[in-house]
This record gives sequence, structure tokens and C-alpha cells, in this order.
Amino acid sequence: MGTNITAVVTGVVDAYKKDRSRLLDIVRDVQAQLGCVNDEAAAQIAASMNVSRVDVDGVVTFYHFFSKTPVGKYSVYLNNSVTAQMNGRAAVAKSFTDLAGCQFGQTTADGLIGLFDTSCIGMNDQEPAALINGVVFTRLNADKVKSIVGDMKAGKKVEDMVRDHGDGANQSALVKSMVNNNIQRKGPVIFAPFESGKALKAAVAKSPDDVIEELKVSNIRGRGGAGFPTGMKWEFCRKAQGAKHYVVCNADEGEPGTFKDRVILTEAPALLFEGMAIGGYAVGASEGVLYLRAEYMYLRKYLEDVLDGLRKKSVLGANAGGKSGFNFDIKIQMGAGAYICGEESALIESAEGKRGEPRNRPPFPVQNGYMGYPTTVNNVETYCAAARIVLEGGKWFKSMGTAQSAGTKLVSVSGDCRKPGVYEIEFGTTVQTLLELVDGRTARAVQVGGPSGTCVGKKDFGRRICYDDLATGGSIIIIGPNRDLLEVVHNFMEFFVEESCGWCAPCRAGNQLLLHKLEKIMHGHGTEGDLKELESWCKIVKSMSRCGLGQTSPNPIATTLQNFREVYEAKIRKGADYDTEFDLLASVQESCRVAGRIPNIHEEH
Amino acid sequence: MSELQFTIDGKDCKAKSGQTIVEAARENGIYIPTLCNFQGMKPAGTCRICTVKVAGRYQAACTTPAAPGMIVESNTPEIEDMRKAIVEMLFVEGNHMCPTCEKSGNCELQALGYRYTMLAPRFPYLWPVREVDAHAPKIYLDRNRCVQCLRCVRGIVTGDGKHVFALSQRGNKVGIDIDAQLAAGLSEDQAKKAMDQCPVGAILRKEIGFAVPIGRRKYDGKPIGSEV
Repeated sequence: MGTNITAVVTGVVDAYKKDRSRLLDIVRDVQAQLGCVNDEAAAQIAASMNVSRVDVDGVVTFYHFFSKTPVGKYSVYLNNSVTAQMNGRAAVAKSFTDLAGCQFGQTTADGLIGLFDTSCIGMNDQEPAALINGVVFTRLNADKVKSIVGDMKAGKKVEDMVRDHGDGANQSALVKSMVNNNIQRKGPVIFAPFESGKALKAAVAKSPDDVIEELKVSNIRGRGGAGFPTGMKWEFCRKAQGAKHYVVCNADEGEPGTFKDRVILTEAPALLFEGMAIGGYAVGASEGVLYLRAEYMYLRKYLEDVLDGLRKKSVLGANAGGKSGFNFDIKIQMGAGAYICGEESALIESAEGKRGEPRNRPPFPVQNGYMGYPTTVNNVETYCAAARIVLEGGKWFKSMGTAQSAGTKLVSVSGDCRKPGVYEIEFGTTVQTLLELVDGRTARAVQVGGPSGTCVGKKDFGRRICYDDLATGGSIIIIGPNRDLLEVVHNFMEFFVEESCGWCAPCRAGNQLLLHKLEKIMHGHGTEGDLKELESWCKIVKSMSRCGLGQTSPNPIATTLQNFREVYEAKIRKGADYDTEFDLLASVQESCRVAGRIPNIHEEH
Repeated sequence: MSELQFTIDGKDCKAKSGQTIVEAARENGIYIPTLCNFQGMKPAGTCRICTVKVAGRYQAACTTPAAPGMIVESNTPEIEDMRKAIVEMLFVEGNHMCPTCEKSGNCELQALGYRYTMLAPRFPYLWPVREVDAHAPKIYLDRNRCVQCLRCVRGIVTGDGKHVFALSQRGNKVGIDIDAQLAAGLSEDQAKKAMDQCPVGAILRKEIGFAVPIGRRKYDGKPIGSEV
């Protein structure tokens, strides 16, 4: 074993030229060959790269898809988003544990199958879904699980277990995936016809300053959800001093319920890459990085092929877009499973091969970003929209949407509706109008913007989807009349506890405490005082946390307390001032069990 | 270096360009509580106890540079209560048994607890199971008491720049890991520095303890912050 580890580690580390910034790739490749990165492998990686063992371990243990213990020849990562649960995840999970013969979080004794929970994998419109060795399996049910586990036991290649393919480019030779695009509504910006090469040509015919000016005229704001004006970001980056500049695309859509970037990457990658090239021209960069979430690994070969095609057409490469002296190319950096890496500075840290912890600011990425150079980080959809703005003009873009929220927005709709999928809607569309489009009229609640967003009820269905009312990076989850809303909130809070990077105290400890308090209420031990404390604790975590994760993670509780207070009130002990949550009987029984004594309890109370 | 003017709780303050709010406050005789911050180290902003309000937004004063005309709110009942909440969170998320801890009296977390008159935390104890690592010859790492300030990560590096301490895991499982091989090479001075820089009793030197009796320690007589 030892010599095998040495040979594997040496081979992988040398292939990446001992480059510290490629540590994520190194760990991933070592794990692919050894099944895990154990202490010995981590120590050898550290020694051969001349870094400390704890720094390698820190990376291995930070990312969900890396492991210090074997993950099995077949590693099954079953999505546990709330939509997966709505669609029968529990039964699917039970089939896996029964048939595979191990629990979630474990690997079978023979090392064949590993079962793991995982946060939203971007398939919310076709749940329950799982990743098996990176291959996506959608719409799982007990029968499908039976056939999959049978195939695994027969030693079949995972790729060969995929029998049906989805629509559009999911069928292409380089993807061959069962994933469906479910584009339900096309709009003028993202999925309108596009002639590759034309947008960049139009951009390079102008000065970089004029390109930025066009974006400013369009009023476009970042499509990831935070909504920073894109033109301004590019201008800051362009003006920042640096030996070089970088363009980074955030393709790490991790907000549970969002999957629209997956569909763009599948159906409009040329538009995206051209948008990045335009960004490169505008800010003065010669290199772009697509940070692709690990869950979308199945698209990598296809995207590499699209990049090759663009190089052949001179959209990328030397004199890109026919502009003499403008050299621009794009590389793909894979993530490894961490929601926090959707935060731009955490994404940069991760792209540099480190733990995905957000940076303190200032300095901002536009001043000091990837590898220390001025960097603009933008969402997949933002680059696509930028390319379209260059083609159609800022005024055209601004004519759509609202004053503060120009243009259209892609939303990923899932949950209790008849037509889940991707919709391009104008900013300013009301929740009610969207519910009619997706045929989700029975909705009791709508989660706009994913767990970090807002949960609204019927009285708010007239509110509008836009930055200045209900902001969303794309996730819309419809919650039907028969769902237990507190179970939904619980799922979201567990997600944040799992996905907090752990750097700052209020987010690390506060989310656990919020979850604990929520459980107290769900278990029937809550009082009016607990509801008041919940409100107050939400405010503390939101105010004191360092980055957007902790500043929004209490939202599932905060917004349901605001809009569905009756759900909480139905659970609390009316008139009680205080509940210790201490169950004397259960505690005595537990203590007796541990000590091997027979409880002497009179059970009359 | 140019000088700039700003205010904290209405008091006029001067700062050098580039100075953080925490540094400038100290020089102007105003105490803003800190825990993870350590003079001479790049600020990490992990504990958030120094959070202040600037233009309606909460920011960590240790990572935010003072700016001309900046209006900082610090000592308000709202902010002070949230700071106290952080102290309480740190107590409940770890296992802090002050009476048996070698760092009692010299512990910054304990001192903040006293300063904020924390009687019982508003939060329930989480009682995590945390491991003690005693492999290193000169020090041991008691994760029960760790507050993840990252002073050891930032402050203790080998001659060739390698980290002896680093964060491991994430979320509520996050903790400090120690590189056994590198820790074996720590000098007496480095071991002392690691313990002295640790604000709590998470890093202690082996075979040396209670040299200064409890009662005559740093915060036994005067509360933390009274030096400002």
C-alpha cells in the first residue's frame, strides 16, 4: 500500500508541477486513484509539495467530496434538498441502505459502495437525484435504485448505467447524461438565438471604456443575487493597478433550488465564454477562469470541447475576436463541494487551491483577487447578459424589467408545481404571475431566493421578483398546502450548519444554536419566550457574521417567523413561561441503561 | 503617513491612514473589545467581538480601516449586548471549565465574560466532544477550550514558512489541527510564544504550570480593557 501511495502521489503532484494553487486538483486526482486521501497520502502530498501536512489535511477535510476514509468503489451522493424530500427521497434512501447494506455516511464492508448525503446538486426539477462517481442520476425511485445497486454489485461502469438521455445537449457525445434542461420559457437575453463570435467582435470594435459604459447604461446588476452593478465592478477592476488582471466566472451555483446556470452551461456555453472574453477585454485581462462546481463535473469534457471550438474560431486565443493584441483564453477550475465557494472571495481562495474561506475586505477582489491580481468575479448569467447587451445595446436591456432591476432573470423553479424548470422572466414579475406560469396555484408558501432568501405566503404573492423587493439569484421553491413548513425550515437550517465555513463565531455557533432552538419548538418544548429569543438570535447572527452566508442563514427562521408565525404558535406550550427541555424520565432511563441498572420509576406522572 | 479624523460614539479621533478602527480607537483611549486580534498579526476577523456600526452597517473594527469622516458607533446597548452574546456563544460551543484551567486569570475569554458580567449564558451548552492532542513534546492542544481565533495559525510558523497549526474540517466540526512532525521541532521560545499568544487555555506548555498563582494573574485585579 505504502509504495502504491508514493507512486500515485508522485505521479499526480508531478503532473501539476508541484503547483500549490492546484492542490484541489491534486487531492481530487489522488482520491480518484486511491479511493481517499488518508493521513499517509496527505503527508506525502505535503512532503512532495513542501507544505505542512495540516495545510493539506485542511483542504481535504474542508470539501464535501474529499475524504480521508474510503468512499467506496461506487460513491453515491444522494441529494438531500427539500425538494428531494418532497419527491420521495426518504424511500429512495431506504432502498439504497437496504440493498447496499450500509447506512448513509458509511461504506460497505467490502468497500464496494459508499452512501452519503449531499447538499443540493442543482437537479431540483428532477428529484430525487444523486451523483454516483460524478455521474448524475435523476428521478430516482425504488425500482431504479434496485437496478443501480444491482449494476454496482455486478461491477458495471457507472457511465453504462445511464440508459436514457435528457434533452438538448445532454444527449451530446461528451455529456450523455439523463439530466433534463426543462427550459419552460425562453426570453430575449439568455436563450434567444446567438451567433457565436458576433458579440465579441462588436465589443472589440469599441474601446474597453465604451464597453463598460454600455453596461452602465444597461443598469445590469450581478445575477448571482447580491446585485452589485456589473459596469461599476468592471470599471473598478479595470482601473485597479496590477501586472495583470483576471476574469473569473462563478459557476458554483450552490443555493439550494437553483439550477439555471447548469442549463446555461449545457445550452449556451458559447454565449457565456464570449461574455467572459468581453469581460476580459473590458478589464484588461488575458486569462479567464471558469470555477465549476464539482456537482457539474459531468459537463467538463463538453465545456472543454466548446472552448477548443472557440479557440479554432479565434473567439479565444491570440488576437481574440480578431482584435490585434487582445489575447484571451479560459481555463476551467473544478470545485470540490462547498456552498460557501459561491461567495466570490471564498471562490478565489478555492480556485487558488486553498480552503474556501471568504477573505476579509478590504481589499476587494477587484483590487486584490485571484493570485493577488485585480479580478472581476461574475455569475454565469451575468456574462451571458453582458454579451447580449453588447449586441443589442444598453438601452434595449434597460427597457425591460424595473427601474432598479433592469432586464430579465432566469429562475429555477421547483417544488410543488406542475411545470418545474427554467424560466426567463422580466424583473418585476409578481410571485402570483410566476405561480400561474409554473402551474403552482395551490402554493401555501414560496421560497424566493433559496434558503438564504425569503419565504412568503399568500398575502405577499403580489410582491415582485426584483432586487428591491424579493431578490433571488434564481432559486424559487414552491411549497404546497400539505407540507410541514417547519420541516422545510429545519432542512434549510441543517444545510447552513453543514455549509458554514466555521471561520467566524456567530455563524459557526449561532446557526447550531438556532437549529437547536428550532428543534426545541418542533419537539413541543417551545414557549412564547423561545419565539422571542429566536427572533433576537437571528438578528445577532445576521448582524455579527462575517460574510453573506451568516448574514442570511437565519432567514429561513426569520422570514417564516414573520410570515407564518401561526405555524410556530401552534407548536408552543401556551401560557408556559419557560420549558427546560429536560425530560427527567428519559434521562433516568438513559442513565440506567448506560449503568446497567433497572430503573425504579413510578410512571404515574 | 497622512492623518485623518473620524469619530467613535461622537468623540473626535485621529488615525493614521491605513490604521484599523481597533488600532486607532486604542490610540485615542477608547476600548473596543477584541479576542482574536493580536498586535503584529494580520487581522483574521474570526470572533467578531469588535463589531461596530458604520453608516448603518455592522463591520469588524479589526479588519476595517478608519476612513476620513467615518462615524463609528461602538458602545451602544444594542452592540454591547451582541458582543456579550458572542462571548456566551464561545462558552457554550466549547467546553470551558475555568476553575481547573491553567489559563484562568490570564484568559481573555474569561476576562471578557467578567467584563460583560456573564452569569449564565442565554444559550444552551452544546457539549461538543473534542479531542486533546498531546503528541507534541513541548505543548499540548486542548481543543475543548479553543475559540478558533487563529492566533496560533498566524503566529507559529517554521523557519521555512510552514504552518504548525491549521484549521481542519468546516462548520461546527471545524477545529485546530497540529502538525505533529513540525510541532516536534518547536523551540522553547516558540512553545512559550504559542502558549502566550493563545487567548485561552487551548495551547499549554507541558511540565510548566501555575508558576504565577491564581489571584495574581493579569485579569485578576483589573478587568480586560482597563489598560486602554
